[in-house]
Amino acid sequence: MNIVVCIKQTFDTEAKIVLGANGKIDTAGVKLIMNPYDEYAVEEALRIKEKVGGEVTVVSMGGDRVQETLRTALAMGCDKAVLVSDPALESPDEWVSAEVLAKAVAQIPYEIILTGRIAVDDGSSQVAVRMAEALGIPSVSSVLKLDLQGSKALVTREIDGGTEVIEVPLPAVITAQKGLNEPRYPNMPGIMKAKKKELKMLTLNELGLTGADLGPRASIIRYSLPNPRSAGKKIAGEAADAAKELSRLLREEAKIL
Amino acid sequence: MAKGIWVIVEQRNLEIRKVSLELLSQGRILANQMSEPLVAVILGKGVAGLAGTISGYGADKVIVVDDEKVADYTTGSYTSVLNQLIRKGEPQAVLIGNTAIGKDLAPRLAHRLGVGMVSDCTGMEYDETTFLAFKRPIYGGKAFAHAAVNVRPVLATIRPNSFPMAVPDPSRQGEVVSETATIEAADLQAIVKEIVIAASKRPELTEADIIISGGRGMKGPENYHILEECADVIGAAVGASRAAVDAGWIEQKFQVGQTGKTVSPTLYIACGISGAIQHLAGMGSSKVIIAINKDSEANIFNLADYGIVGDLFEIIPLLTAEFKKLAS
Repeated sequence: MNIVVCIKQTFDTEAKIVLGANGKIDTAGVKLIMNPYDEYAVEEALRIKEKVGGEVTVVSMGGDRVQETLRTALAMGCDKAVLVSDPALESPDEWVSAEVLAKAVAQIPYEIILTGRIAVDDGSSQVAVRMAEALGIPSVSSVLKLDLQGSKALVTREIDGGTEVIEVPLPAVITAQKGLNEPRYPNMPGIMKAKKKELKMLTLNELGLTGADLGPRASIIRYSLPNPRSAGKKIAGEAADAAKELSRLLREEAKIL
Repeated sequence: MAKGIWVIVEQRNLEIRKVSLELLSQGRILANQMSEPLVAVILGKGVAGLAGTISGYGADKVIVVDDEKVADYTTGSYTSVLNQLIRKGEPQAVLIGNTAIGKDLAPRLAHRLGVGMVSDCTGMEYDETTFLAFKRPIYGGKAFAHAAVNVRPVLATIRPNSFPMAVPDPSRQGEVVSETATIEAADLQAIVKEIVIAASKRPELTEADIIISGGRGMKGPENYHILEECADVIGAAVGASRAAVDAGWIEQKFQVGQTGKTVSPTLYIACGISGAIQHLAGMGSSKVIIAINKDSEANIFNLADYGIVGDLFEIIPLLTAEFKKLAS
C-alpha cells in the first residue's frame, strides 16, 4: 500500500512564546519537534506498512530546518521524504499550504494520506481537510481507530461527547487524534539508515506553481501575548475553614455559584 | 443589497448547541453594527420546529433544510448543501461553532468556496476598514493571532464560551425559508455506520461553565469519584492533566492542555495539578482559577485567583459539602 504522511515541524510544547522586535513570534533558541499529532500519523503509517507492505512517503513544507524533522520520520521507518521549500512560502495561509501540499502529494502514488488532526503551533486544524478537498477525496477528522478493509476503511472518530464510526472509500485523508496509537522512538539503526534515505527538495516552480498563484486569502494583522495572570489569594487555615472560606469568596467576591 | 451575517446552527437530537446560541447572540450585535441582516441556517431531520427558538435569539431569517439526507452530519453532505446555499445567498460572513462538526466542516467548505478562514476564534470585532477582525489563541493559548480574511464570504469558527448568550425574545418572529438538500454524488462517499454518545449527565468539557480537573496528585483512577461528586453538585465537567491521562487513570478525551482540549470556563478548579506550561496553555483563559495542591511551590499557584495548600483528598469532600449547602 502506498501511504503518504504529511507532517509539520513545530515548537516544542514546553516552549515559552516571546514576541520579537518585529512583533512576530520569536523562533530564536526554540527547540523544534515533529508536531505531536503527526507522530501518531507516522506511527499508523508504519503499522499499516508492517502489516500489508508498501511504501511510506513523508511530506512537509517549510525552510531547511524542516529536514531534521523529516529525518526523524525516516529514522522511525518511513521510506522517502519530500520537502517543499521556497522563499515565496514564508508565511502561507491555510489555503496556500493546502494547495501546495496537494500538488506535492499528487506527484506521489497514494492509497491513503495520514496527518495529525491539529498542529500545536497555529492550531488552526484546516490544512488537512482543505488538502483533501483540493485532491477531491474524502477525509475523516480526529481519528482514534483505523481499520483498513480492502478498498475502504472503517474509521472511528472522536465527536463531542462520544465517537462515530465512518466507512470511507480509499483514497482518503485521515487525521490522527491522540489515542490512535503509541508512537515509537527512532532507534540507532533507524537513525543510521535514515541518513541514506531519499529526501527530495522541491520548489514551487517544480510543482508547476508560482508565488502569484498563491495569494493568501487570510492574513495575520498582528500578534499579542495574553495578560499575565498574577497569583491571587492563598487561603490559610484548617481544611474545613479553608473550604468554607473558598466557598464564601466564590459566592461573594468572584460572584460565581 | 446587504446579504447578511450567517450563523450555521448546530443541533444534536434536535437540541441546539450552546455555542450556536452564543453565535446568534453575538451575530445579532455585529449585524446591527454593520446594518446587515442576521441569517441562521439549520440542517437536520425534523429541525423545522427549531426556527422559532432561533428567531428568538436574533435571527432575521432562518434557512431550514429539513431532510432525511442531512439527518446525520457527514463532511460531504453538509459541505455540499452549504456550498450551494452560500453561493446562492452570498453572505458577507459565515460563523460556525468550533465543535467537532465545525472543525471538520468549515475548512472543507472554505476550500470549496475558495476563501480564507480563521479557526477557533475567541474574539471578533467589526470595523469599516478591516471588516471583521478576529482574535485567536495560538500555541495552545500562549499567544494570540489577530487575523482577517481578505475575500468574501469571511469564514470563521468560534470557540464555545467566547461570547455571552443573549436573553431570548420569544415574541421575535423571523422569516423562515425552507430549502431542499441536493447532494452531489462525490459528497456521498463517507457513510456514518454508528454514533456512540457516552452517557453522561455532565456538560461537554469545551462548553462547560465550570470544570474540576485532577492531575498527578489524584494518585490513581480510583480517586476520580471525589471530583465527580463535586462536579455533580455544581454542574461542572470533569477534566484532567496530561500526567493523569498518560498514567492511564482517565480517558484522553478529558485531557485539558496544549495536546488536549482548550477550555475557557468561568471557573476552573485544578486539583493536584502542578501547572506545567502545556496544561496552562489549555486553561489559562479561564475567568477564575482555583488551585488545590499540597505543594505550596507548585506553579499553578502563580496564576490561581484562589489557592489552598493542602491535601486534596481532605479538602475536596469538604468543598463539595460547602457547595451542597449553597445549592440548598
